[in-house]
Amino acid sequence: MSTTTTETSAAVPEQRSAKTPRRARRRGENSLAGSLASHGILSVASVIALFPIGWLVYLSLGPDKDDYLHPAGIWNKMTFDNYTFVLEHTKFFDWLKSSLIVTLGTTAIGVLIAATTGYAVSRMRFPGYKKFMWVLLVTQMFPVAVLMVPMYQILSDLKLIDNYFGLVLVYCTTVIPYSAWLLKGYFDTIPFEIDEAGRVDGLTPFGTFFRLILPLAKPGLAVAAFYNFLTAFSEVAFASTFMLSDDKYTLAVGLQSFVSEHDAQRNLMAATAVLIAIPAAVFFYLVQKNLVTGLTAGGTKG
Amino acid sequence: MTVAIDRATGKRRGDREPRPGPAGRLRRGYQKHWYAYAMIAPVAVVLGVLVLYPLVYGLYLTLTDANSLNTARTIGVNHIDATYKFIGLDNYADILWGPTAYDRFWSHFIWTIVWTAACVALHYGIGLGLALLLNQKLRGRTLYRLILVLPWAVPTFVTVFGWRFMLADGGIINSALDFLHLPSPLWLEDTFWQRFAAIMVNTWCGVPFMMISLLGGLQAIDASLYEAAEMDGASAWQRFRYVTLPGLRSVSSTVVLLGIIWTFNQFAVIFLLFGNTAPDAQILVTWAYYLGFGQQPRDFAQSAAYGILLLAILIVFTSFYRRWLNRNEQQLAI
Repeated sequence: MSTTTTETSAAVPEQRSAKTPRRARRRGENSLAGSLASHGILSVASVIALFPIGWLVYLSLGPDKDDYLHPAGIWNKMTFDNYTFVLEHTKFFDWLKSSLIVTLGTTAIGVLIAATTGYAVSRMRFPGYKKFMWVLLVTQMFPVAVLMVPMYQILSDLKLIDNYFGLVLVYCTTVIPYSAWLLKGYFDTIPFEIDEAGRVDGLTPFGTFFRLILPLAKPGLAVAAFYNFLTAFSEVAFASTFMLSDDKYTLAVGLQSFVSEHDAQRNLMAATAVLIAIPAAVFFYLVQKNLVTGLTAGGTKG
Repeated sequence: MTVAIDRATGKRRGDREPRPGPAGRLRRGYQKHWYAYAMIAPVAVVLGVLVLYPLVYGLYLTLTDANSLNTARTIGVNHIDATYKFIGLDNYADILWGPTAYDRFWSHFIWTIVWTAACVALHYGIGLGLALLLNQKLRGRTLYRLILVLPWAVPTFVTVFGWRFMLADGGIINSALDFLHLPSPLWLEDTFWQRFAAIMVNTWCGVPFMMISLLGGLQAIDASLYEAAEMDGASAWQRFRYVTLPGLRSVSSTVVLLGIIWTFNQFAVIFLLFGNTAPDAQILVTWAYYLGFGQQPRDFAQSAAYGILLLAILIVFTSFYRRWLNRNEQQLAI
């Protein structure tokens, strides 16, 4: 990936322990033992990271609902029956549609609105700047419970209960402050000289932003989009309270309803869960090139 | 949001008022800042309408005895008006020192603190360790990083389902423990192990974010600092202690704060792992949700009061945290 790395920083611990190395190691190179240890730890961590997902996939191939209790048996009777059942006999595609509408809506609106804000707080020291940043932080703290009831009332007054747009609005409140913060960090890494050059050439701040900065900020935008997508895609509490008709459920809520409807049919639940993970995985794959660059530059630096 | 806007308009109004100091400078300032206000306006409006207004409304609800039996609702074609009434601070008094205060609030409060501290410590510790490893020159580094980020990419409710399969009595984890002749706890039934499992699952979900953020921080540290330290004969530990950690300071203080806020309010993991089956493993957020939406009749007022208390705890904590950072001359990345 395109990250520029300072190769040296952490290659430290083992380097010193080996006394009088045969061949002078260049900086950032590890001793054999050191790199073996690193590989060992990283491999174990990778297995831990992958195992729950892989296990879910494996279980989803077992045809019987109790197969998860004797997983060894699945090996000989693997089948995609669970998947065909879920795709043909449930509302999976309805849920997928709702999820995609809500998620992509949130992602688009969230990134768009957060981008200008992130730029403004990155470049302009306007009066009230500190308060505004503080407020962005405070909105991160809102627990579900305090906003849920009032939002329910507001949305039902606006006839937006059981409506995709209502849910998008709700998600925007959680997603926008963090995106703005994230993007501010990213904009900070774009040299101010570019803005100045734009201004000298007669662009307004808006022009500078749209024509010069935005194209340069793609990695940052990708991360913000990724964050927005995942947040909206995984949200359960609001979605299960605000979406009432079962063909408008998002996937998260649909999977929940599966538990009660197909009680204990865990093979089907596993298959549904895997199917749900696929859109997220696709999206992740699309943005992952930018993920590290974008997040490392933005998000964390002041 | 609105605070900022009030501030903003206050300042803007300021340049019309006769104030000491050159008015021209203020006007120029206004002209310069006009763009900034225009750019933050959408967010300010969204937050004002969709966060501040509900917050005020929620605050009002906490002062009433609203529940699902006396709020305005529509049953079929009949619309029933709200009949709840104003009861002042009774909800707070009841939660904080009523007869059931310990069982309902304080026990959950203690567990929430333990949960937050444990999770964030694990997130940060493991995340930093992995980030340090990934920041070396190492074959397959990109692949490792891709794999290690994966838990973040899979939606929480999917991973939690996977974990439930693994943690179920007779699931893979207990089978493995049996195989090793170790005791196999009832992960999803016994309170202590429920809590243990919740922390474990949440750690698994939260490490990638920390790891990537800290990796970014590490990569931003100037390599020449390490060279200089090495020239001066600093040991590996000294380099870590005096170059790496200070270099990570602003990243760390920010991600730790975010981690605390997010973990404190972490709803999905516990809710999905146990549903309503584990009253003792609920943290305050899920408990508040249970009061407001998981039982009949739904107790909106108490639920909202819990929410306000949670918010208050976090705001107080964050203020102290910031002050502490300032005293140590550290900066939060905001």
